[in-house]
Amino acid sequence: MKFTLHVWRQAGPTAAGAFSTYEATDISGDMSFLEMMDAVNESLIERGEQPVAFDHDCREGICGMCGMMINGIAHGPMRATATCQLFMRHFTDGDAIYIEPWRARAFPVIKDLVVDRSAFDRVIAAGGYITAPTGGARDANTILVSKSDADDAMDAAACIGCGACVAACPNGSASLFAGAKIAHLGVLPQGQAERRQRVLRMIAQMDEEAFGGCTWHGECHEACPKAISLDVIARMNGDYLRALWTTHEEKQEQGAG
Amino acid sequence: MAGSRAQASLGVGRVHRARLFWQSTVGKKIVMSVTGLIMVGFVLLHMIGNLQLFESAARLNAYSHFLHHTINELLWLVRIVLLVSVVLHIVAAAQLTRIDRAARPVGYRKQDRQAATVASRSMRWGGVAIALFVIFHLLHLTTGTIQPVPYAPGDVYANVVGGFRVWWVTLIYVLAMIALGLHIFHGAWSSIRTLGVSRPRPEPTRRPVATLLAVVLWAGFSIVPLAVFFGWVR
Ligand code: SF4
Ligand code: FES
Repeated sequence: MKFTLHVWRQAGPTAAGAFSTYEATDISGDMSFLEMMDAVNESLIERGEQPVAFDHDCREGICGMCGMMINGIAHGPMRATATCQLFMRHFTDGDAIYIEPWRARAFPVIKDLVVDRSAFDRVIAAGGYITAPTGGARDANTILVSKSDADDAMDAAACIGCGACVAACPNGSASLFAGAKIAHLGVLPQGQAERRQRVLRMIAQMDEEAFGGCTWHGECHEACPKAISLDVIARMNGDYLRALWTTHEEKQEQGAG
Repeated sequence: MAGSRAQASLGVGRVHRARLFWQSTVGKKIVMSVTGLIMVGFVLLHMIGNLQLFESAARLNAYSHFLHHTINELLWLVRIVLLVSVVLHIVAAAQLTRIDRAARPVGYRKQDRQAATVASRSMRWGGVAIALFVIFHLLHLTTGTIQPVPYAPGDVYANVVGGFRVWWVTLIYVLAMIALGLHIFHGAWSSIRTLGVSRPRPEPTRRPVATLLAVVLWAGFSIVPLAVFFGWVR
């Protein structure tokens, strides 16, 4: 197969970027999108040019490193699929493909298609954890969790932090990501102790990072490689309301640690 | 350090907490939801009131008399609540729009929307259109400042039937009601979720109640100018 790629090239965080056009030739339909990019990069290196920088790690859809805007769709045209799991057979021979980095003020471009997503790390650091010592593995039934709660927690925990939700959102909102992180702890008994502070802190941090607000377009869910449900956002909002009316002064704030 | 404000800001007193609420994007959305739902409740009652036109002139004018004289204080209370709602709704919307635009300073060359609807994408401009329409509507039928035909204070029936004989008045109303229907189709559905209420659904955008509400309001309001214009009501 053959493709014409229009790729965003940007030498560094402050450099001005532009699209460059490359021909990808001899591409097999069984190659993943990233393997196709590898092939293009090989030919760039052979010609003595800079290869296109893009993020990737596991290449099996679980790490959340990969991600690019492919023809205007985050992670490309396949639903619930990360870029590394997208195969070239889903494109038509001869297609022109636009490839852009995630665009958000909170995700500055580092180089080409690589963006800095550490804003996500800071949102998690603000409250996406439990501080209870968990000790060794317990017997399975010592803490009872209903099947539906366990399912909800697992579905939310599937978020790999790729950032496609922010990239796809017309408002550049991180609500699906934050909602997933808040839900996956918030539905389990272990997550209850810090449930209120968690939602207040994570939302405050999300705003601090200059993500936009949610207007319920639903683009994030469509873009999400894990098809995280919009319900996590409603859950986050409900938790926020409850936390706001019920959270007491945090006396332990200075003493902790 | 970016994390410090979020941490420090949690030493919450009551005033401080209200400020935090208003500062957060989620807080502003909640304000928009509550005020939006108040306005939905109002327009529903307004529409039901209007439909008395189809019974008789006397009935409609009696209803107007009831509102303006019998329960005048209540009417003013409702007006104040609505005014506060409108102001909060618009201020929050304007601020959120600024925040959202700032969140993506560099746009995409190509962007292919997957889920956004005409309704969800027209919320902002549709909202502006509705606000302008409300001003026009108040000047037209409440104060009688805009008089396409002579305005008779107290004779609601005559004002309505006279007013909607004018083609451009009817056109403005009909177009505005399309904007209102779209705004409610998205707003009624999303505001409930912004308040944290959602029954988990496999199809994220199934919204029977919001659809029904939008259609009923659109049809119930549009029928009045159309009925007058086409001479079904004289
Ligand atoms: S919610 Fe989905 S799209 Fe957003 S970061 Fe998590 S996995 Fe990626
Ligand atoms: S490279 Fe790990 S999810 Fe794609």
